[in-house]
Amino acid sequence: MISIPAISEMPGFSSRRVRRRVVAAALTALALAAAGCSSKSAPSTSASSPAGHRGGVYTILAFSNFGTADPAQNYTLEEWQLLYDTHDGLVQFQRVGGAAGNKLVPDLATAVPAPTNGGKTYFFHIRRGIKFSNGQVMKPSDFVTTFERQFTVPGPTTFYNGIVGASACANSSKTLKCDLSTGVVADNKNYTLTIHLTAPDPEFIDKLALPFADVVPSGTTMKLTGNSVPPGTGPYMWKSYNPNTEAVLVRNPYFHVWNPLAQPAGYPNEIIEKYGQTVSDEVTAVENNQADEVYDGDTIPPDRLNELNSAKYASRVHINPLTADWYWAINTVKPPFNNVMARQAINFAANRAAYVTIAGGPSLAAPTCQILPPNFPGYKPFCPYTSGTNFTKWSGPDIAKAKQLVAQSGTKGMKVVVNSTTDSTGKALAAQMVSDLNKIGYKASSVLLNGGIQYPFVQNSNNNSKWNITYSAWYQDYPAASDFLNVLLGCGSIHPHSNASPNIAEFCNKSIQAQMSKAEVLGETNTTAANDLWAKVDQEVTNQAPWVDMYNPKQIDFLSSRVHGYMWNPQLYILIDQQWLS
Amino acid sequence: MAIALTESAEPPAQVPELLAPEISGRSPWALAWRRLSRNRIALASLVLFLLIVAVCLAAPLYANDIAHVNPFASNVTGTTIVNGHRVPLMRQGGGVLKLGETPIGPTWHFSHYFLGADQEGRDVMARVLYGGRSSLEIGIGSAVLCCLIATVVALIAGYFRGLTDAVLSRLMDVIWAFPVYLLAISISTVLLTNSAGLKIGPVHIVASSLWLPTIIIAFIYLPYVYRPIRGHVLSVSEKEFIQAGIAQGASDLRLIFSDILPNVVSQVIVLLPLMIATTILTESALSFLSIGVQAPNASWGTIINDGQDLLYTRPWVAIAPGIMIVLVVLALNVLGDGVRDALDPRAKLRVEA
Repeated sequence: MISIPAISEMPGFSSRRVRRRVVAAALTALALAAAGCSSKSAPSTSASSPAGHRGGVYTILAFSNFGTADPAQNYTLEEWQLLYDTHDGLVQFQRVGGAAGNKLVPDLATAVPAPTNGGKTYFFHIRRGIKFSNGQVMKPSDFVTTFERQFTVPGPTTFYNGIVGASACANSSKTLKCDLSTGVVADNKNYTLTIHLTAPDPEFIDKLALPFADVVPSGTTMKLTGNSVPPGTGPYMWKSYNPNTEAVLVRNPYFHVWNPLAQPAGYPNEIIEKYGQTVSDEVTAVENNQADEVYDGDTIPPDRLNELNSAKYASRVHINPLTADWYWAINTVKPPFNNVMARQAINFAANRAAYVTIAGGPSLAAPTCQILPPNFPGYKPFCPYTSGTNFTKWSGPDIAKAKQLVAQSGTKGMKVVVNSTTDSTGKALAAQMVSDLNKIGYKASSVLLNGGIQYPFVQNSNNNSKWNITYSAWYQDYPAASDFLNVLLGCGSIHPHSNASPNIAEFCNKSIQAQMSKAEVLGETNTTAANDLWAKVDQEVTNQAPWVDMYNPKQIDFLSSRVHGYMWNPQLYILIDQQWLS
Repeated sequence: MAIALTESAEPPAQVPELLAPEISGRSPWALAWRRLSRNRIALASLVLFLLIVAVCLAAPLYANDIAHVNPFASNVTGTTIVNGHRVPLMRQGGGVLKLGETPIGPTWHFSHYFLGADQEGRDVMARVLYGGRSSLEIGIGSAVLCCLIATVVALIAGYFRGLTDAVLSRLMDVIWAFPVYLLAISISTVLLTNSAGLKIGPVHIVASSLWLPTIIIAFIYLPYVYRPIRGHVLSVSEKEFIQAGIAQGASDLRLIFSDILPNVVSQVIVLLPLMIATTILTESALSFLSIGVQAPNASWGTIINDGQDLLYTRPWVAIAPGIMIVLVVLALNVLGDGVRDALDPRAKLRVEA
C-alpha cells in the first residue's frame, strides 16, 4: 500500500491504479446488466430485511491504516467503504447487491437530473430535514464548502476542475481560499443547488457519486483535517480514528432513512476497523470468529489461500470479478517498442496463463488481451494475440508468430528493461515477462522499485529512457469506457515531466483519439451508439499494442461465520453495514 | 614449570654434538597454525565452512548438469517428474473454490526439484546453492573490504595521532552513532531503489550488482574494526623498536607498513571470520527486506523472503536457506574463536584466569 505522503504528491489519477486503492463511481449505463457480481450476492435491500437483526459490533482487520481521514483527500477503498456508511452526496449508486448496484439514484438530492444548457448545468432539489451527526441542519450551501474544500485541501484528483471558477482556485491549497460561488450556486431558501461547468462533461454526474463529493458542514476547516473526519449525514458517525490502532464508527443519532436505495439504515451498532496485524493473522482471527472481515483479501498468502479451500470455509469466502486490468505498459517512444510489430510480438509471446497463476490461479484472475474489462460499457470480447483461431478468448501464446514479428521488426537481440515492484507479485510478474521476452530473442533484465515510488517513476517522462516495459494496474473509478481508454491511452493523458501522467506508454494515435472524442460526445445522447464506438476504439488500441494486458483480477472477501446478508455491489464492493451479526 | 626446570637443568655440553638437532625458530604463524590444528572443534568448523563454500561454488554444476533448471527464470507453467509421472510445478487449490496455486514440495530426488519449487516455479535447491554464492561473496567480500579499509585508516590515525587521529576517529564515531541496521537500510533504500545504481566519477555500479550490498555492508561496519585496531596501533607505536626506527630516520610509510602493520595484522585476522559471520547475517537481513541482493539474483535472505508466504505448505523454501545461514555463521564463530586462541593464547589465559 502506498503511504499518504506519496498520494498527496501525486495529483491527478496517480493513485487509482494501486490495487484496492480505488473504487467506484458512477454511471447509469444499465447496459451493464451482466456486471460482474457474485452468484452468492442476490439483489436485495435492507428495506426487506427484519429490523431484529440490528446490533453487535462488526470488526474489520486491516494490515495498514488508510492514511489521512479527510474525505477531500483520501482516495482509498479502505476509507471509502466506511465513508459510504457515514456520509452522503447528491447522488449514490443503489446500495444493493448484483447488477442493480450500477444504477445511480438520488441521495441528498431528490432526483438525478439530466444536464441542461448544452450539458453544462446541473440543477438539484435538495432534501430538507436532514442533519449532520453533530446536529447541524444540512443546507444546500454546505455543498459549496464541500466543493471549495476540493481545492483548498490538496487532493489527488482533478475530477471537479470543470466547475466554473475552479481554475481560479489553482493555488488554493496555499491560500486556503477558493470561491466557487459562481460555479456552485446554493439557494438555502428554496433548497436548490445549481452546478455550472465550463464545458460539457458526460461523466460529471458519475463523479458526484464519489466520496470526494460527500457533503460536509459549512464551517468545516478549509485545511486538511488529518485524522479527524468532518461530520456526515449517514447512519453512522466517526467516533474515533487512530491510524496506529483502529477506527470506530457508531450510530448517528440524527439519522433517518430518506431513500433506502441510496442510504438505508445499517445493522451493526458499531463498525470497528483494526490496524496492524499481518494478513495471515487476519485470516486466523476471522477463521476463529475473533473478527468479522479480512480487509486485505487480495494479499492473502498462498498457503493461507489454500487453507480457505476447505469445505468449512466455503460459505464464508466470496469471490467477485473486478472491473480492473493488470497490465504491462510498453514504452512506445523508445526502441525496440516504438515499432508496432515488436509490441505485437511480445503480446503474442506473453504467457498469460503464467500471469494468472502468479495472481492466484483461474479462481482469482482471468486472462485478457484487450483494454476494457468484461462487463464494462463498450466491452466486446477480443483477443488477437492468441494461438488458435478463436480471437475472442486467449488460449495460449503463439511463440512462432512472435518470433516472426521480431524478425520483421529488426529488433532481435535488443536489450529490454522490465520495470516492476519489489513485492512478491511484482517480482514474479517481472521474472515471467523477462522469460517471455528472452524466448523471442530479446535480452531482457529487470529493475525492481519499491511500490511507493514505482508508479510515479514510470509515469514521469524524464525516466522513460530507463525502462521499456513496466507493470501497472488500473481499477475503474466509474463504469465508463473513457476511464480506461481515454484516461490511460489518450493523447491528453500524457503530461511530460510529471509524476502524474497516466498514459505511461505515451501512446498517442490521432485517428483513435478523434474516435474517442467522438464517442464521449455521443455518450451524452446515445449510449448504445457510444458504446459501440468505444468497442471499436478498444479493438483498434489493442491492435496497436501499447500494453500487454495480463488479466482481470477478482476480489476475495473472507468473513466470520456470524456474518449474514453478504452483498456485493459492483460499484461500492462489500456493503458492510447491510450485513448483520448472529 | 617443573619441566622447564628439568630441561634447563640439563647442561648442553652433555648432549653429543653429532646427535644435537639443529635448533630452528618457529615463526609466530607456524606456532599459530600448530595451535589451531590442535583445536579439533575449530578445525571441524573450518572444514564445514570450506565444504559449504565448495558446494555453493558447484551451483552451476548442479543446475546445468544434474537438475537441468534455470534457477533465475520464472517457470510457473513448467512440469517435473515425481514418482515417474510428469506433474505441473504449480498445483491449483482444491475444494469448491480452487483458490491459489501451490508449488510442489521436496521430491528428494536430485534431478527433479530436490527441495521443491518456489512461488515462481524455480528449483529451490538450485537457488539455495546460487544464493549461497551470493551470500558468501558479499559476506566475505564486505568483511575483507571492511577490514582492509579500517586497518589502513586505523594505522594512519594511530601512527600520526593528533589532528589526523581526531578527525578520522570522529568520522568513525559518526558512523558508529547510527544503529547498524538503520544505517544499512537507509543507504540501501537510497542506492538500491535508484535504478541508476551508484555513480562515483567513472565508477558506475548498477543497482542489481552484488557490489552495492558489499560496499554498503563494509561501510557500516568500519568503526567496529577500526576501533580495536587503532588501539593496538597506538600501543605498538609506543614500542622501543618503533622509536628506534624513528631515530634511524625511517620514513612514515616504512614504519607504518613494515613495522607496525605486521604487529597488528594478527588482530585483523582474529576479527576476520567473526566479521564474515556478521556480514553474512547482515546481508541476509537486508536481502530479506528486499534491499540487499536484487532479483533475479538470489541470496539466502531473498529465498527466506520468498518462502515466508509458503511457511505453512512449503516450509522448506524458507528452512533450507535458514539452515545454511545457521551452519555458516556457527562455523565461522567457532573458527573465529579458534583463530583468536591460536594467534593470541594470552587472551585465552586471561579469560580462563
